[in-house]
Amino acid sequence: MVSDRIEREIVIDAPPEIVWDVLTRPDHIKAWFADAVEIEVVPGGRGRFTWVQDAGPASTVVLRVERADPPRYLSYRWNFPEGEEPREGNAPLVEFSLSAEASGTRLRLVESGIGSLERSEDDKSRYHDDHTHGWDALLAKLVDYASRQRRERVQP
Amino acid sequence: MKTALLDEDELLAAAVDPIRRALIDELLERGEATASALASTVPVSRQAVSKHLAVLDRIGFVEPRRTGREVRYVLRVERVDEAAAALARVASAWDRRLRRIKHIAESLHHASLSQEDVHHLRERRPR
Repeated sequence: MVSDRIEREIVIDAPPEIVWDVLTRPDHIKAWFADAVEIEVVPGGRGRFTWVQDAGPASTVVLRVERADPPRYLSYRWNFPEGEEPREGNAPLVEFSLSAEASGTRLRLVESGIGSLERSEDDKSRYHDDHTHGWDALLAKLVDYASRQRRERVQP
Repeated sequence: MKTALLDEDELLAAAVDPIRRALIDELLERGEATASALASTVPVSRQAVSKHLAVLDRIGFVEPRRTGREVRYVLRVERVDEAAAALARVASAWDRRLRRIKHIAESLHHASLSQEDVHHLRERRPR
């Protein structure tokens, strides 16, 4: 069973205009997301995020901006095979909604469409793991391993 | 002697790397293995694997044990235990990204506020 949605919310002590800049300007995106960033923040605009690994080749994710209403709403589809057009079924949708609050901005993130990807269940789980809790799967194994070792130790 | 508490940042740095995650995963399956045996399970060179094992050794995750000419890497259970606890505290990838977004936006905002203070003071300064 693969969960289809990741939802998060955070309150930021800065006005929506500043949060919008952080979400959309490549120099800022580089500080919170990827090592190299290209993005054209208009509907249909293309983007490319690249991560450099200290071992192995760099990984790249392509995206297409779906909607951009500064400083209220931004959405893009990403992680589709290069050369293909993104759509439901091959590209999860990432949505940022910003609302002004007395103390600043409430930022809401939703990533959806993960479960409907046309990939194997295994791939989907892996994708979800990587994007929600990168090492939750590993964590479960670690906990299991540690408790198994403890049990073995107390046995004669 | 290494400190009892595993530094969360060190652990993050160690675990966030996909190759090291794969090596830990492999050691969880095998209990112990040589660097060469581990190198055959990941798409990087034997030399790169040695570097990753050195990182894992530094944070106390693995212990090299020499038997004759062979060095076998063994997972250290206490560390695995601590790591599991530390990892449980570590939030998801998006949580981390959102925390960084918050930090950057607030720094920018506060910087622009203090700029305004400077202008304000300048305007009020008597000639």
